[in-house]
Amino acid sequence: MELWYTEEHTSNVKFSMKVDKQIVSLQSDFQRIDVFESYEFGKVLVLDGFLMITEKDEFIYHEMIVHVPMAVNPNIKKVLVIGAGDGGTVRELTRYNNIEQIDMVEIDEKVVEVCKEHIPQTACKLTDERVNLYFEDGLKFVRTKHDEYDLIIVDSTDPFGPGEDLFTKEFYGNCFKALKEDGILVNQHESPYYTNDAIAMQRAHEKIKSVFEVARVYQVHIPTYPSGHWMFGFASKKYDPIKHLNEEAWNFLNIKTKYYNTDLHKGSFAIPNYVKELLNYDK
Amino acid sequence: MDKRRNTEVTQNNAPIAEALDKHINNRVVRFDVPGHKGGRGDKELTDFFGERLLKIDVNSMKNLDNLSHPVSVIKDAQDLAAEAFGAKDCFFIVNGTTQAVQTMVMSACKAGDKIIMPRNVHKSAINSLVVCGAVPVYINPGINKRLGIALGMSVKDIEKAIEEHPDAKAILINNPTYYGICSDLEKIVEVAHKNNMLVLVDEAHGTHFYFGDNMPVSAMAAGADMAAVSIHKTGGSLTQSSILLCGESVDDNFVDYVRQIISLTQSTSASYLLMASLDIARKSLSLYGKEMFKKTVEFAEYARGEINKLGGYYAYDEEIIDGDAVFNFDKTKLSINTRDIGLAGIEVYDILRDEYGIQIEFGDLGNILAIISAGDRYMEIERLISALAEIKRIYSKDPVGMFDHDYINPEVIVAPQKAFYSSKKSVPIHESSGKISGEFIMAYPPGIPVLAPGEKITDEIISYVDYAKEKGSLLMGTQDMDVENINVVVEE
Repeated sequence: MELWYTEEHTSNVKFSMKVDKQIVSLQSDFQRIDVFESYEFGKVLVLDGFLMITEKDEFIYHEMIVHVPMAVNPNIKKVLVIGAGDGGTVRELTRYNNIEQIDMVEIDEKVVEVCKEHIPQTACKLTDERVNLYFEDGLKFVRTKHDEYDLIIVDSTDPFGPGEDLFTKEFYGNCFKALKEDGILVNQHESPYYTNDAIAMQRAHEKIKSVFEVARVYQVHIPTYPSGHWMFGFASKKYDPIKHLNEEAWNFLNIKTKYYNTDLHKGSFAIPNYVKELLNYDK
Repeated sequence: MDKRRNTEVTQNNAPIAEALDKHINNRVVRFDVPGHKGGRGDKELTDFFGERLLKIDVNSMKNLDNLSHPVSVIKDAQDLAAEAFGAKDCFFIVNGTTQAVQTMVMSACKAGDKIIMPRNVHKSAINSLVVCGAVPVYINPGINKRLGIALGMSVKDIEKAIEEHPDAKAILINNPTYYGICSDLEKIVEVAHKNNMLVLVDEAHGTHFYFGDNMPVSAMAAGADMAAVSIHKTGGSLTQSSILLCGESVDDNFVDYVRQIISLTQSTSASYLLMASLDIARKSLSLYGKEMFKKTVEFAEYARGEINKLGGYYAYDEEIIDGDAVFNFDKTKLSINTRDIGLAGIEVYDILRDEYGIQIEFGDLGNILAIISAGDRYMEIERLISALAEIKRIYSKDPVGMFDHDYINPEVIVAPQKAFYSSKKSVPIHESSGKISGEFIMAYPPGIPVLAPGEKITDEIISYVDYAKEKGSLLMGTQDMDVENINVVVEE
């Protein structure tokens, strides 16, 4: 007997992994949630059929979405995390002692419940005393905030399904308003490779660019995501992600990482020509 | 015609849709129109619309009945709709609610007959006067100064109009208005019937009144003689499909006359897509309408509360009810006044679409209207609220200098039909003051005429047109597509 989990990366491309068993399968108010035990990638979280994280490569995603902004402004004290129900982003944030408050807003409480029980590797720090969990719509939460956060991390699903409103201009605008004058916004920015992902990436960049003075993207290599080539967005009211990189201060913290380092930080903002073209980057 | 109702069908049936299903399964060979023959004739057409839709696009035939003379499945479907809406009879309309409104007026009035109506009617009503030659007696609907919107019809004004024009044949009422304002229908019906006048209700935006809980009274429940109901607006059928209802007060003879009037203007190739959509929408409304509109009201109430918290916007609710010209308010309507952020409604409407990808129903000078239905989700409601918050943050201006809109009371010099068909000449709008208009000017949406044929053009109207143009309102109606020139009546 063989069990395989398959995700369609496009209607003509499939990605499959052999699984030992299905640990969770349930329907929440928002989406279908599955957890598999796989042979190659350890536990795998799947929402509405789309792979979210695997135990084997989640460190790449979570280190890159957190340490890049933290190395630009190591004085960040108050952070808003939107989405991120698996807890991996919060886990990385809690490694900074000077962060005082982490508000995490996840629309689907069930995702957090499932991850706490079955994927402690990522969910282990959701009980940290600096963390406040809110189970509501991210757009609604951020709409009521003014001049409050040093950093907003949007760790969302794709721009269809329950994460759709986290890719809109009104969302980015309300994030701008919720950030302090030196605030930074980092977001899951889709992929340049397959057409539909690339369109989502273009649209997100266009909207962020119309709201923030600084709007850059950086790349990251995630083996289990479609094409493996993934992007994050870095937007800010004043910090340039390379010019203002504070290498010394970050390295002084001596945070042990598996993927991130400050050389890679600089390199990740160097992007291929076809991606620059897609984003009208130098114009 | 056989008036007996087919007792074999119930609200759980959709006779037209069921007959279409059966027809397709029979794989009948097509040697009739339409020429696309179920889509086989044009691959691009089929790819674009989908095979199923093209197969259903058929013409009248024995087993599918005929809208011009319904005896089987269309009759059953219309009877079920009449039952669902509490009406004596129902006609399916495939040329838009415009046709339903025109049928009401043309059934009630002949050339030269008077009809009482508020001036803020949809252009379809005034167009029907051009077609049939009836003469309007306009009632000033009154304006809510704070909001700059026209109100409902005051019973006192109607009584006065009846006294002055006891020979009028009918009263046409817009209920609810686009903004959700309702008049005292029951009282108006009582007054009109006492004076032998028919009550015709343009209920284009009122489908939900027949199915939701705690809704304002519907035309049929109030005892009106006829009502034009745009099922496609809030009832879920396809665009352009509509129904015309006849109340218990009208006799069979009149109903048959109405059918004749409909056939003057209705297509003889009525679309089965539209008719089946009316049939299925009626079934859904009957079975799930109460629940659907409960959800709709919840969405609208939530949005109103949150939008009012933003400040600068005023999403109005039942507090505007005054027992007279605002006898009731339709709570499913999300009407928002934008004056205090210094933007015209039409400007907010444009920004929402161009910058945020959100299409709302309309913007006028002081308000926007978002249509809410059971098809919405909280996510989209949140997007609308958040986008409004952003528009306020980024675009708001000092409200000083906003146009203080007032109702422009028209002076009708010539009956609309006479003015429309008289000798006319084109003059620049800015040189037209004092002349009699030979055509319409309206801002669209909402499609309520600023000027109608036979009315005197004034400086006030011209400056209103200029302001509406400047704010980006889409003006139309004149022969000149740019609305720079207007045809005026050549006075002899």
